[in-house]
Amino acid sequence: MAEKTVKQKIDLNELKSGGFIKQTQKDLFTVRLKVPGGRITPDKMLKIAEVAKKYSRLGYCHLSFRQSVEIIGVHIDDFDTVVKELATVGQKVASCGPRVRVPTACGGCEYNPNGIMDTQTKALEVDEKFFGTPCHHKFKMGFSGCPIDCTRTRESDLGFQGVVYPGWTKDLCNGCTLCAKACLEGAIVSDKDGKPIFDKSKCVYCGDCIKACPTDAWKEKKKGWLVRVGGKHGRHPREADHVLDYLSDEKVNDFVAATLEWYNKNGKTKERIGTCIDRVGIDKFKKDVVSAFKKA
Amino acid sequence: MAEEEKLIPHDKIDLRGVLCPINFVKTKLKLEMLDAGQILEVILDDGEPIRSVPRSIKEEGHKIIKVENLDNSYRILIKKM
Repeated sequence: MAEKTVKQKIDLNELKSGGFIKQTQKDLFTVRLKVPGGRITPDKMLKIAEVAKKYSRLGYCHLSFRQSVEIIGVHIDDFDTVVKELATVGQKVASCGPRVRVPTACGGCEYNPNGIMDTQTKALEVDEKFFGTPCHHKFKMGFSGCPIDCTRTRESDLGFQGVVYPGWTKDLCNGCTLCAKACLEGAIVSDKDGKPIFDKSKCVYCGDCIKACPTDAWKEKKKGWLVRVGGKHGRHPREADHVLDYLSDEKVNDFVAATLEWYNKNGKTKERIGTCIDRVGIDKFKKDVVSAFKKA
Repeated sequence: MAEEEKLIPHDKIDLRGVLCPINFVKTKLKLEMLDAGQILEVILDDGEPIRSVPRSIKEEGHKIIKVENLDNSYRILIKKM
């Protein structure tokens, strides 16, 4: 009887902020676990498996689309124990509802040869600083290391994607044509001596030419984050607006803070930032937020 | 003259028809059998192989010293570092 009273006091929305999601089955919940950037240690995986084996009344986990591990079918009476057991390896519970979610990221530049920017470090840092910040609606951030954009920053409320500008030194070039071969965009074609003709309008700033060049004639001139805002999926997908190039690593947190402040000021309840931008205009966002980050 | 002499390969491997990343692995194994400073000649198909193999060789720290365009394939010379 006492147990029933406790249950009735639990606010479902309150639970969602803690990453407990109501299921169709009575008293069973999905427990969503934080895996920022999708990187997880074997120790955490083992503990999650152990906890899931003990407390999932349906006997399985689910990998969410945004890189979280979810334990399905956890009984409401087991919440405290589940949280405590997971905490022994530092595994935290994620969130749902109108707030900043766990950032996603691609595998990372430490081992992926395409990587330009360090997505894993940044995703952790941004998670540390902004996770759970209340907003008008969900707010999802993603980090992609290169223009292949595995994290799909075009679908993120705020997305950061690595870009590098290639610079060419004539004296170092031996006309081998490998850069033109490497370029998938047709932004580099070889002249009759094998020297590159660069068409900036076709370049996506992936740095393949730099990686291919055997003589270092192509070198990194500058690199940073390309920033996209207002993307979402769901019932009414919206492709993000590309608002900035070459944002430096150190400025990412400031950009996130400024965007969240703008969103909370200009948005309406239950309105994603993309919908808000459609209503007030991207130019307003650019003027209010982006302009301060453009280098003079 | 000295330059020309340097471009004589010590070994060669024809990787036409060999897919990525097997072509890279075979190149790497060949290079392991050479001494530093020696040259390997590799024939690669156009497309993905010529796009990927030289780049991976560079990542391994070796030097591509010549690229020659043949019909639908490429002859590259790699200096083992």
